[in-house]
Amino acid sequence: MPETAMAEAPAKAATGGNILQVRNLEAWYGESHILHGINFEVNAGEVVTLLGRNGAGKTTTLKSIMGIIGKRAGSIKFNNQDIIRATSDKIARMGIAFCPEERGIFSSLDVRENLLLPPVVRPGGLPLEQIFDLFPNLKERLNSQGTKLSGGEQQMLAIARILRTGASFLMLDEPTEGLAPVIIQQIGHTIARLKKEGFTILLVEQNFRFASTVADRYYVVEHGKIIDGFSNAELAANMDKLHTYLGV
Amino acid sequence: MQALYAQLLVGLINGSFYALLSLGLAVIFGMLNIINFAHGALYMMGAFVAYFLLNLGGISYWWALLFAPIIVGIFGMILERTMLKFLTGLDHLYGLLLTFGIALIVQGVFQNFFGSSGLPYAIPDQLKGGMNLGFMFLPIYRGWVVIFSLVVCLATWFLIEKTRLGAYLRAATENPTLVRAFGINVPRMITLTYGLGVGLAALAGVLSAPINQVRPLMGADLIIVVFAVVVIGGMGSIMGSIITGFALGVIEGLTKYFYPEASNTVVFVLMVLVLLVKPTGLTGRAA
Repeated sequence: MPETAMAEAPAKAATGGNILQVRNLEAWYGESHILHGINFEVNAGEVVTLLGRNGAGKTTTLKSIMGIIGKRAGSIKFNNQDIIRATSDKIARMGIAFCPEERGIFSSLDVRENLLLPPVVRPGGLPLEQIFDLFPNLKERLNSQGTKLSGGEQQMLAIARILRTGASFLMLDEPTEGLAPVIIQQIGHTIARLKKEGFTILLVEQNFRFASTVADRYYVVEHGKIIDGFSNAELAANMDKLHTYLGV
Repeated sequence: MQALYAQLLVGLINGSFYALLSLGLAVIFGMLNIINFAHGALYMMGAFVAYFLLNLGGISYWWALLFAPIIVGIFGMILERTMLKFLTGLDHLYGLLLTFGIALIVQGVFQNFFGSSGLPYAIPDQLKGGMNLGFMFLPIYRGWVVIFSLVVCLATWFLIEKTRLGAYLRAATENPTLVRAFGINVPRMITLTYGLGVGLAALAGVLSAPINQVRPLMGADLIIVVFAVVVIGGMGSIMGSIITGFALGVIEGLTKYFYPEASNTVVFVLMVLVLLVKPTGLTGRAA
């Protein structure tokens, strides 16, 4: 499918206007050309998932949007503002929050400090009581060192800390990686609840069974390009293709 | 016995300078990953700024304690913005060579204008004289240096370990990219941190001026010992730098009493022993 058609095809599942528009995004790590013209968009209130094999360029896409890849080209519009040249701190202050694949919990900070670390960038963030309602484990472990938490708790902490900031657009990179099924289920419930609260979420996942429980739309990334896209309603019809894309 | 107490006091005073200087080095290393060899020259600049403030502007010691760290701190921030920031991601050796070169230039300039001999800086009137404690005579200025240094060191520790700003600093030490992606201006924070570390060195310079006189090479004489202190305490460890600074000052003082011949080498012997047993230092992390 041509990329331009791809970008438009799934838009029917939109729940609001475009909040993020990515056009011809290219990115490099040093001399390595990783993204070769990525095109997609995310509408307000949606959960959109980027699927793809390891090394396809999903994480690089998130990092490029967040401004933490040194060399980028193309256009990334967030709320109609081009952010391709903005630094990551400015992008965060526009209301985009990023939860990295490796979770990024700081070992020199306790849970409370990790939780309160990202500054509030705009009004509308979840108050701590609501965050503890979502993740009760964190409340009990506030004084523990961040990296002493279990993998699941660290993932909860990584998500929890960006909910305070007031960012309305969340980018979650493989939030279920390495977690037990019961924790994955809990993360799924959390994402569904965040969607209800009005957050827009861009998710990177290899586990499309998990993604299917939360996503409105999917894009498939391969070799640094979007090669397909469909809505959740079209998932069943695209399952064979998806198995081929993901090699499962 | 009086001689022992006197050496203990000298040790505590030296320990105060070691602690203030190694604390600044630890803060800079933690955040910028740079071994700041210019620290001794910046300590010397602190003393010279106090001297200029007094002799050219009639500004007293008390105001110099505030202004000298600010002025030298701003000079440090300019160094960071114009030179050191380009070393991000490079091997430690580059930072060491650059800051060593800066130290040589700064010292050379001061030596060219002021020669090598010391310029006098009087003890402020309020801190002149001494107290007889019964077991020893305590010069008030020296007692002030120990107490003031301790307060500054503990305040810096509190700032870094117990405040939101300190949490930003500690987090940025671990993962500056992610901290910046949270909306914090990390490059500005790095500049300010360098300014803070340099300001601590300048403050030590002002405290030292009435005791050691103001000399272009006063920092060069001290910096090697301070680096040994930092290595023993552990690079980047805040509390390690403070405790080790004071402890080594005292150990040096006691050595002067019990075995004076070893007093100049005891710190380095300890450094070798610590490096053999615990290469990351007593409380440090791997570089």
